[in-house]
Amino acid sequence: MSRVTLVYFAWVRERIGKRFEQRDLPADVRTVGELMDWLKGQGAGYAAAFADDSVIQAALDYVHAPKDASLENVREVAFFPPVSGG
Amino acid sequence: MSGAVIPTCADIRLIGEGLDPGRELERFIAGLGDANVGAVVSFTGLCRGDGGRIAALELEHYPAMAERELRRVAQRACRRWSLLGIAVVHRYGLILPGETIVFVAAASVRRAEAFLAAEFLMDHLKTDAPFWKRERLPDGQPGGWVAAGDDDRTRRARWDDAPES
Repeated sequence: MSRVTLVYFAWVRERIGKRFEQRDLPADVRTVGELMDWLKGQGAGYAAAFADDSVIQAALDYVHAPKDASLENVREVAFFPPVSGG
Repeated sequence: MSGAVIPTCADIRLIGEGLDPGRELERFIAGLGDANVGAVVSFTGLCRGDGGRIAALELEHYPAMAERELRRVAQRACRRWSLLGIAVVHRYGLILPGETIVFVAAASVRRAEAFLAAEFLMDHLKTDAPFWKRERLPDGQPGGWVAAGDDDRTRRARWDDAPES
């Protein structure tokens, strides 16, 4: 098991109902995509947040990351909708 | 290409209130300190009121990532063109119609590079910088989250055709 901090933004944060949390990940959760699949089973808010996971973006330790990116040695995982700044 | 040098005057800031584009432009030009500067191009992005439909925008951001991301985009621009200075100043928090959301500026010897760099910075900022806008309605209630613009990815992708030396 590895412990990570999960942080959520915009409507992902609203649906989950938390800004951040610490989680111990099961050994078979090794990538961003596997983490999203695992989180979907953690309650209705998570299921709603990740229902259309093709639009959700992730960052690993503050850097954009694709779904197949490895979580090895990662301390902070962020999930958010497409950005809309500027 | 001589673009490997990152200007020491790359000025990246996130601020919670009072972004004044006129003052930022003056400050940027005053801070260049390079007699070779022949061109400064700036862009100012404002909060639209949409004819009274929107009372304000609430801008959420990921503080630990946003400044890094803006700095990364600035560094890419510096690798691509010979720039003598870059400024990116982005607001977060509550922004009223007519107020400035973002100010971007680029300086170079001649105008072509500064024009391209300013547009490059904005196109990448729009798709990469972790900010999210939410509307606030005239009755004070929160409105919807603003979706990313459909053409933003297309505009950003145009830059991928040209190599970055």
